[in-house]
Amino acid sequence: MLAAFTGRFPSLVGRAGALMNIVVLMKQVPDTEGARTLDPADNTVDRGAVDPVINYIDEFAIEEGLLLREAHDGDVTLLTVGPERATESIRKALSMGVDKAVHVSDPVLHGSDAIQTTKVLAAALGTLEWDVVVAGSEATDSRMSVVPAMLAEVLEVPQLSQARKVTVDGDSVSIERLSSDGYDVVRGRLPAVISVVEKINEPRYPSFKGIMAAKSKPVKTLTVADLDLDAEEFGLAAASTEVVEFAVAPPRQAGQVVVDEGDGGVKIAEFLASRKLV
Amino acid sequence: MATVLVLVDAAGDVVKKTTLELLTAARSLGEPAAVVLGPGQAAALSAVLAEYGAATIYAVAGAEFDQYLVAPKAEALAAVAAQATPAAVLVSSTPENKEIAARLAIKLGSGVLTDAVAVNANGSVEQSIFGGSITVTSKVRTGVPVIAVRPNSITPEPAATPGTAEVVEVDVPLSDAAKAATVVEHVGEDKGARPALSDASIVVSGGRGIGTAENFRIIEQLADTLGAAVGASRAVVDAGWVPHQMQVGQTGVTVSPQLYIAVGISGAIQHRAGMQTSKTIIAINKDPEAPIFELADYGVVGDLFTVAPQLTDELAKRKE
Repeated sequence: MLAAFTGRFPSLVGRAGALMNIVVLMKQVPDTEGARTLDPADNTVDRGAVDPVINYIDEFAIEEGLLLREAHDGDVTLLTVGPERATESIRKALSMGVDKAVHVSDPVLHGSDAIQTTKVLAAALGTLEWDVVVAGSEATDSRMSVVPAMLAEVLEVPQLSQARKVTVDGDSVSIERLSSDGYDVVRGRLPAVISVVEKINEPRYPSFKGIMAAKSKPVKTLTVADLDLDAEEFGLAAASTEVVEFAVAPPRQAGQVVVDEGDGGVKIAEFLASRKLV
Repeated sequence: MATVLVLVDAAGDVVKKTTLELLTAARSLGEPAAVVLGPGQAAALSAVLAEYGAATIYAVAGAEFDQYLVAPKAEALAAVAAQATPAAVLVSSTPENKEIAARLAIKLGSGVLTDAVAVNANGSVEQSIFGGSITVTSKVRTGVPVIAVRPNSITPEPAATPGTAEVVEVDVPLSDAAKAATVVEHVGEDKGARPALSDASIVVSGGRGIGTAENFRIIEQLADTLGAAVGASRAVVDAGWVPHQMQVGQTGVTVSPQLYIAVGISGAIQHRAGMQTSKTIIAINKDPEAPIFELADYGVVGDLFTVAPQLTDELAKRKE
């Protein structure tokens, strides 16, 4: 079913009817509904302040991974880098139908930036056979939207990012990438890194059966040492960026609110004119 | 003086305002040098770039920037950086440019910061995080800082003593790795001539109060009168009234325009996260308790179906 190709992670090569190995990236983040803040001790995200959840957009990545498995046969591995408590989110992903998980968890990773995280992800992917990596386009905490591009750069595989539709045909992948005025059709060969936007699909809820099955699915925990990485290159002290200071944003100056008495539209126009905005 | 590279955003032969903002910010860090990617544009853009302080324009004329996704632009920018040895590289914080910045940071071994709302003279930046509830000062510790600046955050000002810009042609042969993702087709969806949401100076957004997809034309008419981009709340996108790329909010587009008009939007945290740093906010909503009024510089409690069209008419009248 799949033609041979010259990828670096060729689990599909030369195996007729081979399964597609799908890796979905997941980040556990503080719930956006909570009062998120930074930890004044080291200016990193305060992960204790608000309940942690699967990054919202990553649920669409998980669903897309499951849909790819259903369409092409194969298995879905969840890969996450995060503290011990990420196990809660891993369980949820497994209960949605993900087959197994790899959890890179190491105290030395605390405070790592996007580049360091990318290097850990790349090293963890080196321990797996994979054909496609599916990630969410953005995390709701950092909102940088850079890791999929960085990972494609590091792995030297096609970057197929900001996808609102993914189609795999043999070893060819094409996506519809969101643009400012529509979409671009972008194509590459497996292995590839895909990032998906929300609304690409409808993430499923864990079924009772899925929740029960998740309890016995394998979760492999890896440390930085397990990945043959130098601990000194990771974590806050070695990060390439630093939050120097932070403050609670001052609330916006309360404006004027009027009840419409038939001239609300005119009043807004007058306000805009007074501010020289029109 | 240290060179500060600015990646130019242009539409045809017109330099986008985001670039003028970056050049203005770059002047506080050193001597701006503009980077123009694509064939034949540099000469046409040079006068405006020089007016805003660009002393040098690095022109990479490769025709392949639109044929392959993102990677060629990062490769070209890295090649220019190798030649110019800049003190920093600035790009506008749009979805594509953030990806260029990401790949460039890996190539240069540099730290990258995105969505800066101000660039300080010492190279640190201000950011607004967690839906605008926290402001942070961040800096790059490693390598040449790569900084993506949120559009509309900086007021563009021409240089005090504009000179002329020297155009330096740079030839960057693309690697095969940069050609891994091919752009097969651009498909524009019906948006008329409206500006792009992420860098528009004025944004008019509609929310659940609009009621139906057809009624969304009330928002579009107001936007067109103002020359504004059109946005929407998540509820409107979830209902399928408008396409996803119009969603303003935590998980959609973040906008920071001079003027944001929220029509029939209650102002849930999800939405506020994407527009809270707008300079002036106007709200029209029938519910006086709607949280959007806490943000609004001017709010009208009333029926959007009368207030918004009246505003459109009044603005049209004032333009005559």
